[in-house]
Amino acid sequence: MRYLPHTGEDIAEMLQVVGAASLDDLFSTIPEDCRRKTGLNLPESLTEWELNDLMASVAGAMAVSPEYKVFLGAGSYEHHIPASVSYLLGRSEFSTAYTPYQAEISQGTLQAIFEYQSLVAALLGMDVANASMYDGASALAEALLMAIRATRLKKVAVSSLIHPLYRRAVSTYLAPSGYEIVELPRLNDGRTDLRGLEKMDDLAAVAVQSPNFFGIIEDLAAVGNLTRGAGTLFVASFTEPLAYGLLKSPGSQGADIACGEGQSFGIPQSFGGPGVGMFSCRKEYVRSMPGRLVGKTLDRNGKPGFVLTLATREQHIRRERATSNICTNSGLCATTAAMYMASLGGTGLRELAQLNHDKSEYLKRALAGAGFKVPFSAPTFNEFVVEFPSGFDAIYRRLLDEKIVAGLPLAPYYPELAGRYLLCVTETKGKNDLDALVQRLIG
Amino acid sequence: MKESAGTTGLILNEPVLFEKGRKGRCGISLPRRDVAFFPLDETLAGPGPNFPDLSEVDVVRHYTRLSSWNFGVDTGMYPLGSCTMKYNPKTNEKQAALPGFAGAHPLLPVALSQGVLKIMYELERLLAEITGMDAVTLQPAAGAHGELTGMLVFHAYHKSKGSRRSKIIVPDTAHGTNPASAALCGYSPVNVKSNERGVLSAETIAEVMDEQTAGIMVTNPNTLGFFEENIRKIAEIVHAKDGLVYADGANMNALMGIVSSGDIGVDVLHLNLHKTFSTPHGGGGPGAGPVCVAKHLEPFLPVPRVLKKGEKYFLSEDFPQSIGKLHAFYGNVGIMIRAYSYIMSLGAELKKVSQLAVLNANYIKERLKGILHLPYDRPCMHECVFSDKNQAAQKVTTLDMVKRLMDYGFHPPTIYFPLVVHGAIMIEPTETESKEEIDLFIQAFKDVVKEAGDDPEKLYGAPWRPKVTRLDETEAARHPCLTY
Repeated sequence: MRYLPHTGEDIAEMLQVVGAASLDDLFSTIPEDCRRKTGLNLPESLTEWELNDLMASVAGAMAVSPEYKVFLGAGSYEHHIPASVSYLLGRSEFSTAYTPYQAEISQGTLQAIFEYQSLVAALLGMDVANASMYDGASALAEALLMAIRATRLKKVAVSSLIHPLYRRAVSTYLAPSGYEIVELPRLNDGRTDLRGLEKMDDLAAVAVQSPNFFGIIEDLAAVGNLTRGAGTLFVASFTEPLAYGLLKSPGSQGADIACGEGQSFGIPQSFGGPGVGMFSCRKEYVRSMPGRLVGKTLDRNGKPGFVLTLATREQHIRRERATSNICTNSGLCATTAAMYMASLGGTGLRELAQLNHDKSEYLKRALAGAGFKVPFSAPTFNEFVVEFPSGFDAIYRRLLDEKIVAGLPLAPYYPELAGRYLLCVTETKGKNDLDALVQRLIG
Repeated sequence: MKESAGTTGLILNEPVLFEKGRKGRCGISLPRRDVAFFPLDETLAGPGPNFPDLSEVDVVRHYTRLSSWNFGVDTGMYPLGSCTMKYNPKTNEKQAALPGFAGAHPLLPVALSQGVLKIMYELERLLAEITGMDAVTLQPAAGAHGELTGMLVFHAYHKSKGSRRSKIIVPDTAHGTNPASAALCGYSPVNVKSNERGVLSAETIAEVMDEQTAGIMVTNPNTLGFFEENIRKIAEIVHAKDGLVYADGANMNALMGIVSSGDIGVDVLHLNLHKTFSTPHGGGGPGAGPVCVAKHLEPFLPVPRVLKKGEKYFLSEDFPQSIGKLHAFYGNVGIMIRAYSYIMSLGAELKKVSQLAVLNANYIKERLKGILHLPYDRPCMHECVFSDKNQAAQKVTTLDMVKRLMDYGFHPPTIYFPLVVHGAIMIEPTETESKEEIDLFIQAFKDVVKEAGDDPEKLYGAPWRPKVTRLDETEAARHPCLTY
C-alpha cells in the first residue's frame, strides 16, 4: 500500500529492536479477552484508479450546477469560487499543518488567521473576532451560552425568523442545562416583532438574524435601541455574510455579538459542510469568548509575529471551567474566507453584494409582474418568499425533471406557510436563467 | 549518516494584507451586470467594510509567501502525540472536490442527492465495522463536538430512565476537552488518578462510581500510550450502577482490527476522522467527530439519520428520543468523503496501519530510552511519553529541546501533556513515517541531548532557523492585539 513505507526487511529490523517476535506480538499488553475475535470485514482495497471510477459515478448521482439551475439558499449559497482561491488552498503547507501551537514554524497559519479575524471584525463592525467556530448554527448556540455566562441570566429571546435549523441546534445546546428560550413572533411584513421586549430584566440575550430566513433585512437599529444600556446582550446572527458588503454592519447598529455562517466566502457548499462559523464581539466581552484567538506580539529580536493567545479561557487549561469545549475549529475554511475577502477587496465586495441584491430584486419583481404574490413587503437581500397557487406541487416536480429547483418549500419549517417558497438568486444566475424560470412558472 | 533536513533558505517577508493594495483594484472576475440597478433603501445601506483592494497576483503572492513559513505533514515528520499527524492522501482531496459533491446544496430533494447520501450511509456502516459498535452519527464537526454529542446522549439516556445525574468520572490521562464537554451537560467531573502502571485500576473506579454518576469518560489507549487493560472490569462496575462508558477514540489509530470497542463494554465512542482516517488537520480544522453507539443508545442519536429503503437513501427525523441537531445541516460532509476514500483505499489493510503505527512508536521508545527519561518502561501502543528529567541537571527543559528539534527539520512532539508526567514529551510517529525518517528523528533528538550538555545556549535560544524566534506570549496575553 502506497501510504505504508515499511518493507519486510524494515519490519524485521524494527521488531528486533523492540524485542517483539511479530507484529501481533506488539499487542501483548492487551488482555486476551479484549482482543478482537474476527478480522475486519471491509471491502477489498481499491486502487487509485478504481476509486476514481467509483467516486465519479457516485458524484454523478447528484444534481448540481451548471446542469441544474438551483434557486436554493436558506443557509447555503452558490457563489463563484475563483480558481486562485482553490489553488491557494491546495498549498499543503496550510492544509497539512496542525493547530499552530508551535508558533515559530506556524507563522503562515497564524498571520492568515490574524488577518481573517481582522477582516471579519471589519465586515461586521465589531472589535474582535475569533479564529472560527464549526458553523453558523453552533456559533449562535455558543453566542447564547456566552451571553448567559456574561449576564448570569438563564433566559434568551430568539427570533422565529432565525434559520429554523439553527434554532434546533440552539435547543440541543441549551436543553440539558435547562435554559429557557422564548421565541419572538413575526410581523406581517416579514420582520421580527420586537414588541414583547419591553421588559427584558431576565433576558441574557436577544438574538435576531439579518437578512432573516425569509431573506428580509431586519431593523437591527431597533434591537440595538432596546438593548443599549440594558443588561441584555444583542446577538446578531446571519447566514449570508455577503449582505454586509451592502448593509449597515451589526456592530454599527448596536450588536454585542455578531455571528453566523461564512460559507458564502469561497467555500464549496459540500452538502452543508464544512463551512465556517464566524464569531465576533465587543472588546469588553473578549475574555468570555469561546474559541481560539490569534494575537500579535514580538519575538526575542523584536521582530513582529503572531501567537495563539488568551488560552486561559480554553479547555486545555481551564478544563471544566473553560468558556467552551471547542478545540479543532474550521481553520482552513477561515483561511479560505480570508483569501476570498482579500480577493474581492472592499470595492469588489460592495459591487458583488449589490449585484446579488439586484438580480434577486429583478426576479422578485418579474414574478410579481407575472401575477405571483410576494407575501412579505419588507426589503430583501438575495432571497425572498413567493406564494404559488394551490396545485403548484405538480409544477415544482415537473420543473425538477427539467433540472430546475424552484426554491425551498417553507411548509416543513413553518406549517402555516404552505404554498410559500423561498427563492435565492446569486451572481451565478444570468438574466436569461431568471427569465426562463418565470416563463416555466407561467407556462 | 545522512544530513538532517533542517537548513536555512530564502525566506521572504510579507506585510499583513492591510498594508498592501490600492483602492480600485479587484482580484475577482465580477460577473456581468445584466439586470438594472435597484438602489437599496438608504436607511438600510451602509458603507461596507474598508478591506484593502488587491489584484489576483497580489493575493496569490501574499498567501504563497505565508505558506512558506508553515510546517505541515507534507513538509516533514510531525510526531505530535495524540494528534495522529499521518500523511493526508491527495486522492482524497480530489474526490471531495468532484463537482457533484462540492457543489451540492444540502436542502436538495433527496431524489437529487442519492450520491452523497450513499457515501454517508456506507461510511456509517464502515465505521461501525471498524469499531465494533452498532450505530453511528456523522454529524459532529470535530472531536470535542463528538464528545458533546456523547454527553448529550448520556444525559438523554438517564433522563429516559427518569434519573438526572450530576457527576462524571474523568481520569487524569484524559484529553482536556473531556471535562469541558461534560460541563456543557451540567456534569461535574470527578477526577481519578491512574495507577503506577499508567492505567486505571478497577478498584479506583469502584470507589467513586455511584447512582449520582452518569458514567465514565475513558481515552483508550490513554494519553500515556497504554491500553486500559482493566476496561472490561471498569465497564462492569459502571454498568452495575446503570452508568455508561464513553471512550474517547482520538487514539483509535492503535486499535483498528485489534480491539472491537463494542465487545469490551464501551457504550459511546467518538472518532476523529482528521486523525485516524487521514483527513488534513487544516491548521485547526475542519475535522469531523462521528459518534458510534451501542444498540440501546441508537434512539438518542442526532437527527436527521440517513436510512435506506430498497435501493433508495433518505433522511429521517422520526426518532422521538433523539438529542436533536448539533449542526445546521449534516456535519462536515466534505471531510466524510475524504475519510470514505481513505477507508476504501485501504480496506482490511487498516489493521496493518495500526500495527505499523504501534511498531513505529515502540521503536522510538526503545531507541530513545536512556537518552531521555522514560517514566513508564513498558510496551506502548501508538505513542510513547518521555520527560526532561535526565536534563534537569543541565537546566535544560522539554521546551528548550523541542524548539531545537525545529532547527533539525522536525515538528516538535506534544509537550507538557499528559499532566501526569512532569515535563512530558509525547511522541506519536504514525504509520506513514519510514524507518529512515524515524532514524533521522532519533539521531536529531540524540544530537539535541548532546548539545544540552555541551552548549545549552544553542537550546535556550532555539529555534534559530525559522522566520521568527521564540515569541513573547505573556505580552500577547497581557495587551491583546487581535485585529489590525
